Amino acid sequence: MRQSQTVLRIRGVTKRFGPLVANDDVSLELRRGEMLALLGENGAGKTTLMHILFGHYRADEGEVEVMGRPLPPGSPRAALDAGVGMVHQHFTLAANMTVLENVTVGTRPLFSARLRQGAARRRLADLSARFGLHVDPDARVRDLSVGQRQRVEILKALYRDTRILILDEPTAVLTPQEGEQLFATLRLLVNRGLAVILITHKLREVMAASDRCVVLRHGRVVLRTATHETDADTLARAMVGGEVPRVGRRPGEPGAEVLALDGAVLCDDGGRTLLDGLNLTLRAGEILGIAGVSGNGQAALADMVSGLLRPQAGELRVHGRAVAAPSPAGMLALGVGRVPEDRIGTGLVGDLSVMENLVLEIYRQRPWSRWGLLDFSAMRRGARELIARFDVRCQGPGAPARQLSGGNMQKLILARVLSGNPSVILANQPTWGLDVGAATFVHKALMEASRAGAGVLLISEDLDEIFQVADRIQVMHRGRLSAPVRPDEADAAAIGLAMSGHGDARSEAARAS
Amino acid sequence: MEPPRWGSIFIFPVALGVSLGVSCLLLAAQGKSPALGLEVLWSGAFGAWYTVEDTLLKTVPIFLCSLGVAVTFRMQVWNIGAEGQFALGAVGATWAALTFANLPGALLLPLMFACAAAAGGAWAAVPAWLKLRLGINEIISTLMFNYIGILILEYLVYGPWKDAGSHGFPMTSQFVPAAVVGHFPGTRLHWGVALCVVCAVGLWVLLTRTRPGFELKASGESLRAARYARMPYNTLVLLVMALCGALAGWAGLLEASAVTGRLQPSLMVGYGFTAIVVAWLARLSPARIALFSFFLAALRVGAENLQLELGVPAAFGGIMEGLILLTVLAGQFFNGYRIRPGGAHR
Repeated sequence: MRQSQTVLRIRGVTKRFGPLVANDDVSLELRRGEMLALLGENGAGKTTLMHILFGHYRADEGEVEVMGRPLPPGSPRAALDAGVGMVHQHFTLAANMTVLENVTVGTRPLFSARLRQGAARRRLADLSARFGLHVDPDARVRDLSVGQRQRVEILKALYRDTRILILDEPTAVLTPQEGEQLFATLRLLVNRGLAVILITHKLREVMAASDRCVVLRHGRVVLRTATHETDADTLARAMVGGEVPRVGRRPGEPGAEVLALDGAVLCDDGGRTLLDGLNLTLRAGEILGIAGVSGNGQAALADMVSGLLRPQAGELRVHGRAVAAPSPAGMLALGVGRVPEDRIGTGLVGDLSVMENLVLEIYRQRPWSRWGLLDFSAMRRGARELIARFDVRCQGPGAPARQLSGGNMQKLILARVLSGNPSVILANQPTWGLDVGAATFVHKALMEASRAGAGVLLISEDLDEIFQVADRIQVMHRGRLSAPVRPDEADAAAIGLAMSGHGDARSEAARAS
Repeated sequence: MEPPRWGSIFIFPVALGVSLGVSCLLLAAQGKSPALGLEVLWSGAFGAWYTVEDTLLKTVPIFLCSLGVAVTFRMQVWNIGAEGQFALGAVGATWAALTFANLPGALLLPLMFACAAAAGGAWAAVPAWLKLRLGINEIISTLMFNYIGILILEYLVYGPWKDAGSHGFPMTSQFVPAAVVGHFPGTRLHWGVALCVVCAVGLWVLLTRTRPGFELKASGESLRAARYARMPYNTLVLLVMALCGALAGWAGLLEASAVTGRLQPSLMVGYGFTAIVVAWLARLSPARIALFSFFLAALRVGAENLQLELGVPAAFGGIMEGLILLTVLAGQFFNGYRIRPGGAHR
């Protein structure tokens, strides 16, 4: 076999959803032993293309060839049999089963007399050793770390004789160190002849690890290049389709404490510790970034600041006064504005209109209602004003919120929160899934609010985002927060170590000085 | 992707056709002529003005119960206790009618309405409270409360409230004229028909124009978002349950006062259960509830005629009701999917 043998050929694939063209004449080739980075903003068509490859969707036009043979459209089974494997961003493992069971599930006939565990075990051990993917085959998946689970996902794909491995945003859930380890593994796989497609929007990884890049924008291939012939700026411009917007950073003037947690402790119903003596001080006029891999207590912290949970020990203070019995209503009354993680399920009611969503927290007050009756004309007037001010693209105040794009949903939530002039703003993963333009809008809005005197608590898994806008950074790990550092005295490696529970976020250099 | 909307127009006629077809097979299996059966079914419900009156009379309790049930369903509270709330409403009204028989109608009737609403509402509020306080599943508790409610009614008419002059029949004495809801002149239709209109309009205003209505809508669509926006979930659950109980209670009152003129076990013919079918078929929209209440009332009246004329078992009406619900639900389910010719997954 020649080294440059083409294993996957996608030719002229077009997919339409009503008036929307998700993929427009997309062609792509993948060779044995190479890593191809598939880049693009959200909604550029990366996911649709992969769904077509996997047979979840049928392309309207075009065809897919694997190993020189056409792949029958609309058949996930055929894709798997042809050797296409995928590691999803959200893992598809059964938490209550062992690694071995997860790897072998679905590969054996449903009704077979014996399980042939021995052969499967040997094969798994062989794969683990060959690619340096070490996990205990008898460990239950629920006891594994996120990085280990990802290894199981890759093993699962390799066990099925995968020759084309697709990874969707594989580092989104990893610490920087775990990410480096992943890329070392992928390099090894590629050297052994596997073909890898890496779906990502992190340009640093693309530049460091991939052989070739394909950039999608509005469903079309806009750039196709060898990685060593391009640079991050070119790729970014191709993704955005112009200059990359920047957040104008201005120095903050931190004022009085607006929100504080003192040794907050919280356990879930099963007795698992979610928050383990958490300390945090947020001052007026600053953005405090909470970095960390999700699942380390961020949700509990956000719920506590929202008033949905109360600390079982320790103290929650707003404006210097202890809040004994926090409630959503109480926290709102104290001026805490909340941008929740889950836009459509928590932040907005999808079937309600834009204007109804805008008054979701204030409909009891005049002029939105009077004597218990709602005033729709006042709501409509107010909504028109906010839609214009926050540039919410929608069909009008009466349009259902569900119809809005992710970016516009977030603008809608920001419009609601910021129009209440909150003194504390909780923003939990505010740019998750947004494209660069919308993300910059969110960053600018948060920056402006903080410079106007609000304290902003920004919880994010995206280190780049934290470094870009936060005035101070704390890292969350297993329900605790590291000591705060300023972005200019921290570096990503030190933050990464703190994310995996080693040391605090201060860099060696800063500590020495 | 949203399922194609145009498909939903066809669901009901198709489902109706399928369930009528199955019903014909069932008729044929009993040796009856299906064609004759359908004709008897139709003429039973719409054959003459008095059968239409019958249908309208049965529409009233189904409609009131269904309005209430639909409001609780909107809140995603699965209240299937309208039957028991209906029973308690009838009991509450009868208590007032028997206790204050000397009052003039202008006072007695409002008092009866208040008592029916209070008794039915309280009967619904208990499962709501159990759900909120102890986390008891409202489907189970409201179902059980139906049986308890019916048994309370039966205990009263077999025991303390039994009419001495009834020759042993389980019934209270005839209500005094002041306790009887009047009729439209020249018809058998009582003022409850007008009450239905008032309740529907009132409910529409409540749901679309008021703050509690807004809270209900938001909570029904996304409970988490509503809680996050500090809407009073517990109060709302109690409110919708009490509201449903009051409406079902009024249905019980109307049956006891305007239709039979006394309290007796034969009042309990399952309007509260039919109401659930109606609410579901109507997908909780008040206008469609009116339509489907009338339709299922017609089915009941027609099936009674079937029983009289052809000697078909009484359960036949219930079977048809079930068939229609089943086929409509199946139709709604399949409407969300594309049927692949060949069905090949490979």
